[in-house]
Amino acid sequence: MPTVAPLDLDSHCIATAWLNDTPHFALADGVVHRLDNGHKWTEVHDGLLSACFDPDHARLITGGEDGRVTALTTDGTVETLAEIGRKWVTSVASGTQGAVGFAVGRNAYVRFADGRQREFQHPRSVEGIAFAPKGMRLAIARYNGATLHFPATDGKPTELEWAGAHTGITFSPDGKFLVTTMQENALHGWKLADGKHMRMAGYPAKVKSFSWSAKGKWLATSGASAAIVWPFQAKDGPMGKAPLELGTRGDTMVTQVCCHPTEEIVAIGYADGMILAGRFADQKEVLLRRQGKGAITAMAWDGEGRRLAFGSESGESGVVDIAS
Amino acid sequence: MSDVQTETPSEAEAKQIPVTVLTGYLGSGKTTLLNRILTEDHGKRYAVIVNEFGEIGIDNDLIVESDEEIYEMNNGCVCCTVRGDLVRVVEGLTRRTGRFDAIVVETTGLADPAPVAQTFFMDDDVRTKTRLDAVVALVDAKHLPLRLKDSNEAEDQIAFADVVIVNKTDLVTSEELAAVEATIRAINPMARIHRAERAGVSLSEVLDRGAFDLKRVLDNDPHFLDHDHPDHVCGPDCDHDHHHHDHDHGHHHHHHGEASPIHDAGVKSLSLRAGEMDPKKFLPWLEKTTQVDGPNILRLKGIIAFADDPDRFVVQGVHMIVEGDHQRPWRADEKRETRLVFIGRDLDTERLQRTFEACQA
Repeated sequence: MPTVAPLDLDSHCIATAWLNDTPHFALADGVVHRLDNGHKWTEVHDGLLSACFDPDHARLITGGEDGRVTALTTDGTVETLAEIGRKWVTSVASGTQGAVGFAVGRNAYVRFADGRQREFQHPRSVEGIAFAPKGMRLAIARYNGATLHFPATDGKPTELEWAGAHTGITFSPDGKFLVTTMQENALHGWKLADGKHMRMAGYPAKVKSFSWSAKGKWLATSGASAAIVWPFQAKDGPMGKAPLELGTRGDTMVTQVCCHPTEEIVAIGYADGMILAGRFADQKEVLLRRQGKGAITAMAWDGEGRRLAFGSESGESGVVDIAS
Repeated sequence: MSDVQTETPSEAEAKQIPVTVLTGYLGSGKTTLLNRILTEDHGKRYAVIVNEFGEIGIDNDLIVESDEEIYEMNNGCVCCTVRGDLVRVVEGLTRRTGRFDAIVVETTGLADPAPVAQTFFMDDDVRTKTRLDAVVALVDAKHLPLRLKDSNEAEDQIAFADVVIVNKTDLVTSEELAAVEATIRAINPMARIHRAERAGVSLSEVLDRGAFDLKRVLDNDPHFLDHDHPDHVCGPDCDHDHHHHDHDHGHHHHHHGEASPIHDAGVKSLSLRAGEMDPKKFLPWLEKTTQVDGPNILRLKGIIAFADDPDRFVVQGVHMIVEGDHQRPWRADEKRETRLVFIGRDLDTERLQRTFEACQA
């Protein structure tokens, strides 16, 4: 029976992450809390807008309303990686070789491990950014498509066009597919080898959370009353195939998904604060957390896949231990 | 699961943060007004979304700079546009509750107000957290005639507004001012007009207007659909209560636009009146009309008397987006009549009137 160790915080949780086996909770007010032999915290920004985990360096990359990009390590040390002035850093990403990407208005930036920084200007806002799993390649989501940059070289960017506003972006773990979330209730994807389009539509709400399963065989998404899980095993991805629907509930929506690091299981967080785990093979569900005061907005599994850190819109956070 | 907390709709509504949209040409006084909103002692805190920090000489972490980013929606509708940057900024601001009470969005001088307004109806997340309170247009009394001659935007901003502030009245003669006000009234008979020098209008006339709130929209609007006093303009000292005049009108319609010598009537309004409507005819008609003519309809508002319905039905719309709801029971002393105003460009007034009248019960 899963047990929940609650941590009641007082601000919207942007992200959770495990740094050296310690759960961290990054809140919108700019404070990152952690459970490390007791409740500790570090103020990182005055207003935190974006956060992502950098697994290679066990650090949390954050972007703030103060125009700063920082890296937080588990001892509470905050390193300022970039300062861009009085502008919002709305998206951050971690890449290979210690590179960090971030978006400010219509510009995307890459900061290399040696401190060098490159700027990539775009005619429209950079809505989302992501690094490819291998090599030095940055993708940005923008109005009417996506742009691929090669920050280590002076090569021309590759433009991928699809009408509409693209807001979030992710590479498949094998680097073969690029998928965006959109302002409309849909995902779009490109097979990078040949530029083939993939349309994944039919959601009743915007897709704001996505997560690749172990080995990238599936892509789980929010935006419906169930977790919508698209199969990516075939060479053309999910085209012509129906997605799995896991954890269907009649009276609320899925707001957050997080795939297990090794098993074909996804943690599903809902607008009412409930969390279920759903297994792809037989679609069995297990309750991980009962309803709470606000929508689940962040989840992260530890490296073993035994504990799940979660956070919510209301600040109610905690850790679920599925084995105890 | 005894600890489930549910929220009633009214609680959810109360949590929605009001948003005021401020439009107006360069030099119309927007920055002056924003500075007043940010510094005056009115007991409320405002987050302000601007295009450039520029002239706002105030250091305040609730001022957010944002690139105006207009996104067309992929639904085949050319007028369905949202401000993508607002979706992002509003989401960011509303995550940190308790920091401010309301939001003001300043648009660039040349902005079309429609995408800003539509963002608050078309994006589900924005709509859950915020509600559009009013569109306020500042105009420069001296330069308005010129602006109207050389651009559509100045006209659109007036047509779209719930409140028009005629600023810099000290720079024009009373005749010029009267002509400017007649022009504004000709473009938009629904807006409340205020005169000001140096944007010195009472902030209570600008903020918390509830202009898009179906429960408040029509009762609070003294000029709405009521053209008996088209020249009534509120000056800076005007704090009288505006009662809804209930004169007995015949069955007729006005359309404005010919009245003014300084305005070429690109945008005009059409006021329709009739008796009781058949909901089975009227609602499909309104839907079809806004689908077909949506790109040309800037705003619409109306009070509908449905046959055998004890309640007033109110509607308001922006381009193709229309909202309607029952408001309150008709009072015994009220005449049960239907009144509907369209403000738009190239409206086929004859067809609209004919098809409107065909919806009567």
